Amino acid sequence: MSAVDPSAAPDAARLGARPRVRPWRRLVASSPAYMTGVLLVLVLVFSIAAPESFPTPVTLRNLLTDMAVLLVMAVGMTFVLVAAGFDISIGSVLVFAGVCAAKVMESTGGQGPGTVVLGVVVALLAGAAWGAVNGLVIARLGVPALITTLGSMGAALGAALLISNGTDVRTVPRALISVATDRPLGVSWLVWIAAVVALVGGVVLAQTRFGRHTQLIGSNVESARRAGVDVNRHTFWLYTANGTLAGLAGMLSLTRFATTTISGHTTDGLEVITGVVLGGTSLFGGVGTVVGTVIGMAIPTVLNNGFIQLNVQPFWQEVAIGVVLVVAVYLDQLKRRRRDQV
Amino acid sequence: MTAVLEARGVVRSFGHVDVLREVDFSARAGEVTALIGDNGAGKSTLIKILSGALQRDGGEVLLDGQPVQMASPTRARELGIETVYQDLALAPELGPAENAFAGRELLRPGLAGRLGFLDKKTMRARAEEAFTSMGTDVKDLDAPVGALSGGQRQSVAICRAVMWARRVVIMDEPTAALGVRQTGKVLELVRRVADTGVAVVLITHNMPEVLQVADRVQVLRLGRRVADLAAGTATVEQLVGAMTGALDESAGTTEEQR
Repeated sequence: MSAVDPSAAPDAARLGARPRVRPWRRLVASSPAYMTGVLLVLVLVFSIAAPESFPTPVTLRNLLTDMAVLLVMAVGMTFVLVAAGFDISIGSVLVFAGVCAAKVMESTGGQGPGTVVLGVVVALLAGAAWGAVNGLVIARLGVPALITTLGSMGAALGAALLISNGTDVRTVPRALISVATDRPLGVSWLVWIAAVVALVGGVVLAQTRFGRHTQLIGSNVESARRAGVDVNRHTFWLYTANGTLAGLAGMLSLTRFATTTISGHTTDGLEVITGVVLGGTSLFGGVGTVVGTVIGMAIPTVLNNGFIQLNVQPFWQEVAIGVVLVVAVYLDQLKRRRRDQV
Repeated sequence: MTAVLEARGVVRSFGHVDVLREVDFSARAGEVTALIGDNGAGKSTLIKILSGALQRDGGEVLLDGQPVQMASPTRARELGIETVYQDLALAPELGPAENAFAGRELLRPGLAGRLGFLDKKTMRARAEEAFTSMGTDVKDLDAPVGALSGGQRQSVAICRAVMWARRVVIMDEPTAALGVRQTGKVLELVRRVADTGVAVVLITHNMPEVLQVADRVQVLRLGRRVADLAAGTATVEQLVGAMTGALDESAGTTEEQR
């Protein structure tokens, strides 16, 4: 029978001969593992080049603080990309949420923790609102995610400028400033909050039904629909959660800089997507881990810090990341193509 | 033995085109019932009605002798009717076990389950059990489905349907895209599925395949059932004759409309 169909014979032979792939080999071959290697090499190189200043607790603390704000958004972006979605608006949503929170806190005139809590609530709601708008337009109206979030990127920034009259809000409650300088267990609150977000996000994506449905939608939306998953509802919640996290990032940014930094976040969306993709999350959906995202976000941060310490123009960081990103996506596609040929 | 799934005088039209004209169909437990017919005979429409994807304009669908309404594929699945679509509807990035439980994930007991935590261990064990008991050649339960061969993917899709089908598995051309060797394996699997006691409805174009695997053959022509034969005694000539209308006199159940 196999003589009739020559293409089937090698297939069967390969199946029979192939030993079971060990789980650790699969792990080593995964993108996050590659990128962990890249990260370790970078740390090693910088440590050798600047042995006095780079491998120190201070550098580590700075790295973690630099990462924190973007990492919070990157966790949400991981979910969106795994579901084969896209959200470029998060930088503007961050600014919008920060401006709303700062304005509300300013108008109450309070300086205490109560005012800060109010600010947090306002920032989260402002972020969730933009996320919900994105989610509704994408899920219900069927406008492509790229266009929808490109639109809300402009609209959210414009709205932030309208509310703030085009100038940064520079007054924040004293309680918020003390939060910024406080370092429980050696690192800033920002780092702790980002760590909790990453931990919860990682567990939800890998271990829960919500995470599984996110993968299913990203891998084959028709399959998800036929399996009875409410794709529209799930998509709506994904973008809403992503917006909420951008709102939280807005509050964190406000805490860190004590000003709304309106013009400082135009490339946040792209930076976050870059980091997430570097961490092995596929732009085509279905694949991705939060662990990978943490590593993917760490690489640009380490490069930036290392270049500054070595007195290399930090602009090289952007050049290097651009190259690494294209190579990473090329390798991802190569892997898919090889797999789909089987 | 009575039919598990039965259609009586089902009518369906699209605009002015009468696709199904009082079609009858029945499938019995533990048997492979082949549904054949030329292009445009109404096979797909009938199957969509039986799997809940389309609604009928008239007639009755009975499940275990009771009239049922299947408003959606989800409802059909609740009633124990699973469909293996031609495009399989598998998620290529997920593994066979993950695909088998897609949309029907098992949660851990207790609080963790209420928080939505997956019971991956049990799902994997159950999927492995199903794949093994069906004698499929899906060896690597951790590889993404996209990395499997066409026959293996088909096996995953069929096993998934069998795991959940309490009454009927409908398969739409399960061997259409496969080579000879893999076709043989899938047909063996189809046979074993019927041996578990569910009713299998097999849609196919391939006549020798029909005679090889089916217990009964029902032939559609111009929106009606024109023949209901035992596969053991039927010949390819008979089937082709019924499909094309050349044997109208001997089938005796049809009246030419044109």
